[in-house]
Amino acid sequence: MAKKAESSLKNMLLSLTLIALVASFALALVNNATKGPIEDVNKKKVADAVAKVLPAFNNYTPDTVTVTMSTSKGDVDADLVRYTAYDAEGNIVGKAVESYDNNGFGGRLTAMVGFDAQGNITGYEILGSNETPGLGAKASSWFQNDGKGSIIGKNPATNKVTVSKDGDGGEIDAITGSTITSRAFCRLVGTAYNAFKVEKGETK
Amino acid sequence: MKASDIIKNGLIKENPTWVLVLGMCPTLATTTSALNGLCMGLATTFVLIMSNIVISLLKSVVPDKVRIPCFIVVIATFVTIVQMVMQGFLPSLYESLGLFIPLIVVNCIVLGRAEAFASKNNVWHSLLDGLFMGLGFTWALTLLGIVREALGAGTIGAGTKFCFSFIGGADGMLLFILAPGGFICLGLLMALINHLRKAIK
Repeated sequence: MAKKAESSLKNMLLSLTLIALVASFALALVNNATKGPIEDVNKKKVADAVAKVLPAFNNYTPDTVTVTMSTSKGDVDADLVRYTAYDAEGNIVGKAVESYDNNGFGGRLTAMVGFDAQGNITGYEILGSNETPGLGAKASSWFQNDGKGSIIGKNPATNKVTVSKDGDGGEIDAITGSTITSRAFCRLVGTAYNAFKVEKGETK
Repeated sequence: MKASDIIKNGLIKENPTWVLVLGMCPTLATTTSALNGLCMGLATTFVLIMSNIVISLLKSVVPDKVRIPCFIVVIATFVTIVQMVMQGFLPSLYESLGLFIPLIVVNCIVLGRAEAFASKNNVWHSLLDGLFMGLGFTWALTLLGIVREALGAGTIGAGTKFCFSFIGGADGMLLFILAPGGFICLGLLMALINHLRKAIK
C-alpha cells in the first residue's frame, strides 16, 4: 500500500480545498447541462396541468395575485400564480390557479384548479402531496367528474364547496377515512376561487 | 483478494441489506413498488461505483484526519449529479423517489464501503466492490418492492411496460405499502434469506 500523506495542517488544507474545488467545478458543468431540461420539464408540467383543467383554449398568460387564504390560525395572505386562458378571438375562456393548503394530512397539498369564465369549476389536478397512499392520495381521482365527491361543474359563488360531514351545509362528500385531506382540498379550492375573482391589474 | 470473492461478498455473503443490515432508511421508504426499489438501487449503485473509484484513487493523497470530510464531498458530488440528471431526464421517477435521492449521501453503505474497502484497496477491486455491493443492494430492494407491491397493490411492475395485475380493480392490502408492512416484509424476507444461506452452506 502506498505511503499515506501526513496529517499536517498544510496537507489537510490543501487536500480538502482541492477536492472541494474539483467537486464544485464538476457540479457546475453538470448544472449547466441539466438546467435547460429541468426548466423544460417544469414548464411542461405546468402547461400540461393548465391544459387538463381548462376547456379548449388558444393561449394563456400567467400572473401572480395576492389573495386571502383561510387556515386553522385565521386568514393569511398568499401569493398564487394564475393562468388566464383566451380563445382565438381573445375572449377569456377560463382561469387556472395553482393553489395550495398547508394543512393536509401530510403537510402541503398543491393543486391546479380550473374555472370557466363564469366561475364554474372545470377541472383540477393534484401537483404535489404527501398524503397517505390508498387513503388521502385518492384525492387525485375522488373529486373528479366520475369520482364520489365530484367538484366539477360547481361554482363556489353559489355552491358550498366544503366537506358535507362538517354539518355547515357543505356539498362535497369527503374521502372515506381522509377527512383532513378532504378539508384541505376544499380550502385549497376556495383559495383558488378567491384568486379567480381578482380582476386583472387589481392586487386583491 | 480474488475478484470472485468480491462478487460473492456483494451479492450474497455480505449483502448490504440482508446480512450487513445497512441503509435501512431508503430500503424501507422507497420499496413501495418494484420499479421504485429497482431505480433506488441503481442510483445507489452508480454513486457507489463512482465514489469507490475516486476514493481509492485519492487514498494516498488524503491525510487521515480529514478523510471523512473528503469522502463525503466526493459522495455528495456524485449524488447531486444523479439528482440533477434524474430531475431533467426522468421527471416521473424523480417525483416518486425525490426526497430519497439526496439522502443517498448519508446512506451508510456508501460511506461504509469508502471507509472499509475503497480506502484500502486498488481501483479495480474498488470498482468491482462498488458494482457488486450496489447490485446486492439493488436485488434486495427490488425483491422487497415486488413482495410489497404484490401484496399491497395487487400488481407487479406498475409503471413499466410489463405491468402484471392479478386482482383487477380491487384495492390491495394497504398495510404493505405503508411503513408497518415494510418492516414486516423486511423482517420475514431477511429471516427466509438467511435461513436459505445457512441451508445451502
